[in-house]
Amino acid sequence: MSSYLRIRDLHKKFGDFTALRNVSLDVEEGEFVCFLGPSGCGKTTLLRAIAGLDLQTHGSIEQAGRDISTLPIAERDFGIVFQSYALFPNLTIERNIAFGLENSGRPRAEIARRVTELLDLVGLADQREKYPAQLSGGQQQRIALARAIATSPGLLLLDEPLSALDAKVRVHLRHQIKELQRKLGVTTVMVTHDQEEALSMADRIVVMNHGVIEQIGTPTEIYREPRSLFVADFIGETNQLHATLSAPGCFTLGRTCLQGMTDGLAPGQPIIVTIRPEDIIPHAPGSQPAGSERGLLDVTVGEMEFLGSFWRSRLTGAALGGEQLYADFSINAVRRLSLDEGADLTIELPASRLIAFPAGEDHGHRG
Amino acid sequence: MATAAEEALPKGRPAKARPVRPKLGRDDLIMRAFMVVIALYLVVALALPLYAMLSKSFSTFRFDLTAYEFQVSDEQGSFAVPPVSAAALNEELQAVPPENLATNGDGRLPATSFFPDFSFRSPVMYRIRATGDDASYLIGSERFAGSRWQEVDSNDFRRVMLRPVRDIGLANYATYFSTPSLFRSVENSLIISVISTVITVLLAFGFAYALNRSCMPFKGVFRLIAMAPILVPSLLPGIALVYLFGNQGMLKAFLLGESIYGPIGIVIGSVFFTFPHAMIIITTALAISDARLYEAAECLKASRWKTFWTVTVPGARYGLISAAFVVFNLVITDFGLPKVIGGQFNMLAVDIYKQVIGQQNFEMGAVVSVVLLFPAVLAFTVDRIVQKRQVAALSARSVPYQPKPKPRFDALAFVYCSLIAVFILGLLGVCQFAALIKFWPYDLSLSLKNYAFDLMDGGGWDSYYNSIRMAFLTAIFGTLVVFIGAYMVEKTRGFESGRSLFQLLAMLPMAIPGMVLGLAYIFFFNDPRNPLNALYGTLAILVVCTVTHFYTVSHLTAMTALKQMDREFESVAASLKQPFYKLFRVVTVPVCLPTILDISIYLFVNAMTTVSAVVFLYSPTTTLASVAVLNMDDAGDIAPAAAMGMMIFYTNAGARILHLIVSKGVLRRTQAWRFR
Ligand SMILES: Nc1ncnc2c1ncn2[C@@H]1O[C@H](COP(=O)(O)OP(=O)(O)OP(=O)(O)O)[C@@H](O)[C@H]1O
Ligand SMILES: [Mg+2]
Repeated sequence: MSSYLRIRDLHKKFGDFTALRNVSLDVEEGEFVCFLGPSGCGKTTLLRAIAGLDLQTHGSIEQAGRDISTLPIAERDFGIVFQSYALFPNLTIERNIAFGLENSGRPRAEIARRVTELLDLVGLADQREKYPAQLSGGQQQRIALARAIATSPGLLLLDEPLSALDAKVRVHLRHQIKELQRKLGVTTVMVTHDQEEALSMADRIVVMNHGVIEQIGTPTEIYREPRSLFVADFIGETNQLHATLSAPGCFTLGRTCLQGMTDGLAPGQPIIVTIRPEDIIPHAPGSQPAGSERGLLDVTVGEMEFLGSFWRSRLTGAALGGEQLYADFSINAVRRLSLDEGADLTIELPASRLIAFPAGEDHGHRG
Repeated sequence: MATAAEEALPKGRPAKARPVRPKLGRDDLIMRAFMVVIALYLVVALALPLYAMLSKSFSTFRFDLTAYEFQVSDEQGSFAVPPVSAAALNEELQAVPPENLATNGDGRLPATSFFPDFSFRSPVMYRIRATGDDASYLIGSERFAGSRWQEVDSNDFRRVMLRPVRDIGLANYATYFSTPSLFRSVENSLIISVISTVITVLLAFGFAYALNRSCMPFKGVFRLIAMAPILVPSLLPGIALVYLFGNQGMLKAFLLGESIYGPIGIVIGSVFFTFPHAMIIITTALAISDARLYEAAECLKASRWKTFWTVTVPGARYGLISAAFVVFNLVITDFGLPKVIGGQFNMLAVDIYKQVIGQQNFEMGAVVSVVLLFPAVLAFTVDRIVQKRQVAALSARSVPYQPKPKPRFDALAFVYCSLIAVFILGLLGVCQFAALIKFWPYDLSLSLKNYAFDLMDGGGWDSYYNSIRMAFLTAIFGTLVVFIGAYMVEKTRGFESGRSLFQLLAMLPMAIPGMVLGLAYIFFFNDPRNPLNALYGTLAILVVCTVTHFYTVSHLTAMTALKQMDREFESVAASLKQPFYKLFRVVTVPVCLPTILDISIYLFVNAMTTVSAVVFLYSPTTTLASVAVLNMDDAGDIAPAAAMGMMIFYTNAGARILHLIVSKGVLRRTQAWRFR
């Protein structure tokens, strides 16, 4: 098996500070991968190492079977779009895009044809005579993209390409970029700290924290099966409950015994159990739906907040042992069960959605 | 899933991992090569000469008489008498008193001194040899050393000269600090510089305050007038002061019997030529102060006076400190002005000149140079630290202050600025007037006879043309070197140590006074063993010296412009497989063109006016206008000196206007992208 981009055991130090630790990663040809993580976690550092802009301290990078670990930028094969776009301010849009095509032995007419093609591709054919400063942010972003793919590189690197734009444009461009990537089939690595962006665009997401990779997986894997508390917490929203593991697959929360995913944890160990608000199922108070007897809890509804398509409710109760839960209930469920502040309620916590992590370790992996 | 691979690897840092070293691409190599070449330029044009000067200042020379032996023949030419050492002869004869054994690097002691009854017609033969390791002697112009006897007849013995040996030590410094006439200059220089600094900064602050905070009319004109002193050599105000307050001055009575030749003249002239420097710095500092603070003060009903002391002055403090140190540095290192109007009042920079040109005592000149380096380096360092702070303060977002009309304050500001303008224009006007009249103060009719430079000392009209040629070459060559150097140091990837070294070299020139640089050039380039010796006495060395002298400000200007360019342009170009020089040509230079033009006019104007460094380096074929002003003044041709000084002024003014027109044109043609 050989993937298009193979990163092995990459480390990067800035003086005494370790920005990347033990990073290994494979990206398949044609894949769209997002680096996602909080600010300062090393996403840009990793991207710049791949591009050769800031060399890793050690570790190797292979692209298309070729060891590029120490090659100068010009001998690598990638196109890049920076957060600032780095468009040449004194050149027209046309000349910006043509910059990489000139002096490569291509005849003028062919360059002009290619520029037109690229301008059509990004939908800015009518702007070719303008200067970058005369375009909007979103348009500049697309020009930078067109310039980066002009030479048909094997790898496209994007560093927070959308972060300088306002929300509406951002959503629109997300689709455009994704569509373009699919059309060209170019292997793409994008850095972002916006999880929505990553979830909606990426084939696979690399979640990073403090210079290490926390988890690699498809958007659904990352969301549904977080492999660390950090990932569970960072992606989407989640409840965290302190509990103790009593037996494999079984833990005590206050006075209640619950079943959940506890792979690799030892009994007696303090743990944190997570469940997403939308995974909590409401039932009429005191009801006993078939097949769910171990995951039922009696709770009281605290404040409720209307968030458009659902109600976010705070749940408390003796069964929770002093902890509280946030649950998202559909409008339908709220009406059916006539939920209101102070109402009693039985909730079901499905075993497959209760995921346990060791307590105490901030970023400890499970299993 | 890829994490499988991750887990298969051992955790933590594997023992075998070795730091990777980048393979250098073609661009990296070319950029480093350029950087190294320009760094070498700075080493040769700055570091090595300074080193030569330092080592000179620690060198003393004396004749070591114990290291020579003579043997004298009888009239038949046979050497019957045993050899005798020069020391023994001297003991016997007291021919050379001990204090005369100390000399300088060029010292020569005739061997005949030890033979009172020597006659060059005598048939007696002489033998000489050097017994000490370092000792040497000349016969004619040929140098001999070692213990082999050289035999000469008495005619040639006339031409035998003992050469001194060199000792390394602090003896020169000891001499300096124990010679009150030399040492007093330190005090003089410090006092004059402090007084001039206080006066200039206060005056410039008032002027800048009026420009920034009042609504008086003609602000642009005032600003222009305040900048005029930059266009003339620093000694020109000295000449004007001679006409006004000199022995036959029109306003001599105003001095109440004091002489203008001395501290008074130096201070007034220094205020004149440093005023624009202080004004620019303080204006910038005031311009960035935050209007919101003033609104707050107004809301708090603070009085004007209180607002001034609690908001304005603290806000401009970095500018004031920076201006003070810049002015201090300019005054203490200036040579032209105290030379013209200092009279018997000695200043450090003039001492260097007197030691070197007047007494040919190069070692002592080097010592004074080192002494002068101390305050200059100190002032430079403080200024750099303060400038850094100011830049930090500048990056904070602030709202510029918009003055509102206040009739009484505006009128006051107008009167104040007018007085300063009269002072500046007055001194320039006096020079122009003096240049155009026949014979001060007896015949006040107009004539152009003072422009017949060819009839005077100083190089004539040729020196003017030389100056223009030198200024053009400096502007072109200097801008090229400075901008390329700054580009390489800013955009080269990696190579941290090399880049910091380059930055250090580029900052150094500002700390080196012109006189010191010029003298260092003599020591370095005039050394016959130096392969670059051929440069000595050419226009090229003047260009090199001037470029180096004004390197730092140009370098900082270029760096500021380059830092504003997106750091990633080079990365983008490299990822598109385009060489950096294409980017440089197509993007960097066009975008930075206004800055490039600014650097070249800065170099041009300074090359026209500089005196201090080049005064040691010009030759009869490369006399310069600014030096001609000095020399004509020295020879008593004060009116022609004034005329030449005004020629420099008009040339620089013309160059500036041309620069303005070209800049505007260039902006319009190539910088269309700047405007939406
Ligand atoms: N040149 C540098 N020198 C020293 N430290 C650096 C340098 N570049 C980055 N770092 C540090 O390395 C860490 C990772 O930086 P990086 O830019 O990769 O973060 P990031 O994940 O891209 O964050 P952001 O989302 O804010 O862009 C940060 O803590 C940063 O301070
Ligand atoms: Mg980043």
